[in-house]
Amino acid sequence: MIKVLFFAALREQLGHEEISIPLDSMTTIEQVIESLIVQNPSWKTAFNQSLLCAVNQEMVNKKHAVNSGDEVALFPPVTGG
Amino acid sequence: MQVINNNTVKIAVQTADFNLADEVNLLENNNDEDGAVATFSGRVRNNNLGKSVSGLFLEHYPEMTEKSLKKIIEQAQQQWSIGRVTVIHRIGQLLVGEQIVFVGVTSKHRRDAFAACEFIMDYLKVKAPFWKKELSNGIETWLDAKQSDEEKAQQWQP
Repeated sequence: MIKVLFFAALREQLGHEEISIPLDSMTTIEQVIESLIVQNPSWKTAFNQSLLCAVNQEMVNKKHAVNSGDEVALFPPVTGG
Repeated sequence: MQVINNNTVKIAVQTADFNLADEVNLLENNNDEDGAVATFSGRVRNNNLGKSVSGLFLEHYPEMTEKSLKKIIEQAQQQWSIGRVTVIHRIGQLLVGEQIVFVGVTSKHRRDAFAACEFIMDYLKVKAPFWKKELSNGIETWLDAKQSDEEKAQQWQP
């Protein structure tokens, strides 16, 4: 299993702040997003926006590997400060 | 959330306000080797992109926020000769005029403190997981990231 967290506008658009998805083999963030869209076709638009991603609280790119037990986070570009 | 390492680094993410004088005292207290103290504080403006603004809501990713601020401070410590660093970021509901963020850096001479303070702020803007929702005329809108912030941060890359 991996845990996927959503923040800010993305969280509101999806109506979820956290979901768990089963993971059989190593995958990438890109593939995680693709499988989320397959399960929830209405999420496609939200995922087509510019998004940042983190694995285990470190910012990474979408090609980054994801392993079972990882915490993946997807969110819009940050706007703090 | 508050982390203090060896008296040199303070990171705080909090709903409560902070006091500038107290933060400068903390940077200066028992720190007579540093002659420079550079500070930046950011507050909620009453306008944005031509609209009047009445407040902001700040969301963050708690497990990642401290990690990312720590990493930014470490990068500053590698590039400049600096003494103490404090970064405070507020979260939750903030009204016009309220303080949002504080960055304070000490160094022997001004150049390192100025540069590191600006670097930390520029990187915080594009790397730290905070998001602002703006309240304007009764309507709440998530703010879009600015390309100019991304470009500003990229200027620090060697």
